[in-house]
Amino acid sequence: MFWINTKRIFKFGIVNFWRNGLVSFASVLAMTVTLSVVGGLFLANNYMTSALNEVKSKVDISISFKVDTSLDNIDDLKEDLSFLPEVKEIIYSSRESELANFREKHKDNEILMQSLNEVGNPFGARLNILAVDPSQYDVITHFIENKTNPDLGGQQIVDQISYKKDVVDKLLRLIETSKKISFGISFVLALLAILVVFNTISLAIYTSREEISVMRLVGASNFYVKGPFVIEGVIAGILSSFISLAILYPATIWVRDLTAGVYGGVNLVSFYLDNFGKIFIILFLTGISLGLIASFWATRRYAKI
Amino acid sequence: MIYFDKVSKIYPNTKALEDVTFTVESGEFVSIVGHSGAGKTTLLKMILAEDKPSSGEVFFDSLNIHKVGRKDIPKLRRRIGSVFQDFRLLPHKTAYENLAFTMAAAGRSDEEISSDAPHALEIVGLGNKFWSFPSELSGGERQRIAIARAIINQPDLLIADEPTGNLDPITASEIIDIFKKINEIGTTVILTTHNKKIIESLEGRVLTIEQGRIIRDDKDGRYVI
Repeated sequence: MFWINTKRIFKFGIVNFWRNGLVSFASVLAMTVTLSVVGGLFLANNYMTSALNEVKSKVDISISFKVDTSLDNIDDLKEDLSFLPEVKEIIYSSRESELANFREKHKDNEILMQSLNEVGNPFGARLNILAVDPSQYDVITHFIENKTNPDLGGQQIVDQISYKKDVVDKLLRLIETSKKISFGISFVLALLAILVVFNTISLAIYTSREEISVMRLVGASNFYVKGPFVIEGVIAGILSSFISLAILYPATIWVRDLTAGVYGGVNLVSFYLDNFGKIFIILFLTGISLGLIASFWATRRYAKI
Repeated sequence: MIYFDKVSKIYPNTKALEDVTFTVESGEFVSIVGHSGAGKTTLLKMILAEDKPSSGEVFFDSLNIHKVGRKDIPKLRRRIGSVFQDFRLLPHKTAYENLAFTMAAAGRSDEEISSDAPHALEIVGLGNKFWSFPSELSGGERQRIAIARAIINQPDLLIADEPTGNLDPITASEIIDIFKKINEIGTTVILTTHNKKIIESLEGRVLTIEQGRIIRDDKDGRYVI
């Protein structure tokens, strides 16, 4: 009996969805808008997070040594740093290579080149340190400051310590804020979609009131009476998730083309394709959940046994 | 089979039933008579678990109807067939489809539907009207479909709320004959009616209800209001 009923519930649900035509279309439209925005925001947030991670991986601490610092002193500090668990990699750049890099970078600036010829090599050697995690830069910086503090028995060999912490922090805050805004927008849109589907299902229940009344009389189960309406909501959710997936692909191409001139363009297309499975599951489950919430709410309210 | 124990039902400003106590034995044919608004329909709604008493209890065999969980109400209703004055047929379904819909809702298989539905229509004399829509049939024929629908799932109890109210006397008599036959094969029947002739022709037990109270319980089919 369970399988017979289940088969019939699916059949009635599909038939109802088809017969309700325009009203079902309104549900699908509202859910598609919601899911497309949810999908779009998911893509944007993930893209920003991956961009941040990339920036993080490039951020390093740069120690410029005084010009007269001996190689032994630098080696000592390098060795001390290499024992720190927070340090991932240390790259040494000599005074000569610093000068060469500078010359290469400013080779078109004749005045600068002439000045350099007169002054000689004004650059000290440099250590570039990459941390295991960007949040550990503070620890490393503190360690270096202590090691090179004459009051603590160290030698004052460091000219400047710099790192791009502010950039990371700003990016991090931007992403956090954008995530909160995205969540807010998604939540409001989801509520609107639920309301539209709720109205659709309520209307379907109203038009089927005679059937429901007969079903109640003859002892149809709760599952049998309400099932088709729940299926209707789920169908709207599934259809919307497929349509949203189809909309998102050209949308990512459009964004890529639109931003082509800015920082080399935001390449959401490859991100969309690489994460297709994840996006599909998120939209599919969100669509089904929205449909289920709305239809359970409507049947609970209007299709009482 | 049915036992009302001091049942009262009070709606805001109205007392629909007051201290109603009676028993209907299995296989009985009981008629309930009374003016409009006397409480007949409320009484039937209690049996169908469509309404709850304000006080008192209603039993179907040993089952306290209003203590049955929501999930088990359908099981109770599957044991009861119902016929109404307004037929309550689905207008866009044919006679056969009306029955098939009912059987499907009760969880019967497709094979059972295709074998039993035509048979039930033949029993009520509509063997040649399978594919007619309710709008193409007379009042009597529509009520026959409603009866076929009520008995198709072989209920233990058949309740009929003013089933002849919209019918002419000859058709009404034919409908009552069908109820008698259903009762003869063992189904308990509870019938509410205004029709004095029907009550007298039935020569069965009559409960008279007035302003929500059972004022008479006659075994010999008298209609006295």
